[in-house]
Amino acid sequence: MTAPSPTDERPYDLVKEIMFAVVVITALAVILAVLFGSPDERAKTIADWARADGIDFVSTALAELDGTSGTATYGPPYNSTPNAAQSLGPMAPAEWTGVGIPVDTATDFVLDPLSKLAVTDPALMDALTTYESAPADQQSVWTAAYGSSLPDAQISDSGTIEMPAGKYGPLPTIFTGLLRLARSGGLDPSLLGDNYFPLDSTKPLLFLSDGEWFASLGEGAGLGGDQWGIMNGVADWPGQTWLWLYTFWYQIPPWSTSPSGDLLVYLTMLPFVVLTAALPWIPGVRTLPTKLGLHRLIWKDHYAAQQRQQD
Amino acid sequence: MRRSWTTAVRERIETELPLENALPDRQPAFVRSTVYLFGVGTLASLLTVIGSGLVLAIFGPGWWHTTTVGAFVNSVHLFSVQLMFLFLALHFFAQLVMATWRRGRGVTWMIGAFSFFAAIVAAFTGYASQTNFEAQWIAVSAKDGFNAIGVGSLFNTLNTGQMLALHVAVLPAALSLLVAWHVVLVRRRGVSPPIEDGEEMRP
Repeated sequence: MTAPSPTDERPYDLVKEIMFAVVVITALAVILAVLFGSPDERAKTIADWARADGIDFVSTALAELDGTSGTATYGPPYNSTPNAAQSLGPMAPAEWTGVGIPVDTATDFVLDPLSKLAVTDPALMDALTTYESAPADQQSVWTAAYGSSLPDAQISDSGTIEMPAGKYGPLPTIFTGLLRLARSGGLDPSLLGDNYFPLDSTKPLLFLSDGEWFASLGEGAGLGGDQWGIMNGVADWPGQTWLWLYTFWYQIPPWSTSPSGDLLVYLTMLPFVVLTAALPWIPGVRTLPTKLGLHRLIWKDHYAAQQRQQD
Repeated sequence: MRRSWTTAVRERIETELPLENALPDRQPAFVRSTVYLFGVGTLASLLTVIGSGLVLAIFGPGWWHTTTVGAFVNSVHLFSVQLMFLFLALHFFAQLVMATWRRGRGVTWMIGAFSFFAAIVAAFTGYASQTNFEAQWIAVSAKDGFNAIGVGSLFNTLNTGQMLALHVAVLPAALSLLVAWHVVLVRRRGVSPPIEDGEEMRP
């Protein structure tokens, strides 16, 4: 008997194999689609938010106005807040590339949209003029007073924010106007800018994600970063399960606790990516997978024939 | 007389990948395991992904939200993606334990790895451009990572138009080219033979 050789051949039909595989895979995908469908939860709008949780909306808008929101203090690429970019020692890649998507939260999210509405609302126009012409110190006094009383505020059915008595300057008029604009659905298009074709959702999504309402929706659906969220789809559909290693780091310290956690995760994943692509050229490491001995199962017929020959 | 570029390309193809290697009707006798189906399973899934994606692209990004047929095609797209990554993971693991980069197949492995990474980015942009709540959440969550490494302005997950364009044009083209390159290299070198006793694992 001749020893098995890697050059021994048998008949094969490549085209038939590929066609058969396409038919089987397509049939499988169709069956799964019929059985399970796919999720499609409608996109959330600023109007949804303002109607569902007006106080959270106004609190967030106040933070956008006084420059204390997540976006206002984010740093690059949205603004140049000092020392805000994620860093590891002296390395802060976001600082190197700078502000590429400028966002002025007070102007873009609050004052500009309201200025369009104020054209037909003299009281609102006066309030905006008063606020914008006031010294920064005075503005801060108003926003601080308004913010401290906001948890005790009520929103009437007509959309008026009923605040405890206090010295808020023009802010009650401004935020009642903003809340009404948002609830009417008028703020969403204002945030998309002047482009007739609204293809860029950066500003409305930044505004939405600064509030607690949007975060509560995601976390309620099990999509939070500390819930292996990126691997989950909404309502238990499969998400990007192949990102398991990437999202794993977000579950454990120091990645989960560091203020520069995202940068740490990417710097941790980089060696894995390089290692995977360059594995054949790394002595020692390239021999490890075969130590499992699984190749002996995969080529068992070949090795068995070889053994019979030797016997 | 100088040889034409066309002649040079044709002769290179004929030398490097003769048709009997590109479309073989015989294969090595050691190719008998189920693991050899993982590669073709990945390729077939990719074709199903592209086919269902083309239908979604033809009817536009709003179609699948508002029609039953559109929702069904979207579901086929979703599950063919899931199947592709399942077969891709199995194919990757099988090639890993078989050390199939041996005997001049290092570049084949590397291009396969790049295809894997390109598929991940392509799938991500798909999830981020669904124009629904899940897409909003993924875009918002993922922006911090890209911003942290300094590419947030170039690759803005919150820019739905950019994500959609990358997903339906740039990344499918890149992924298809990488996969085609990978398959050509596999056909050119042939299937990796069994590991012999004492064989070194160098490429």
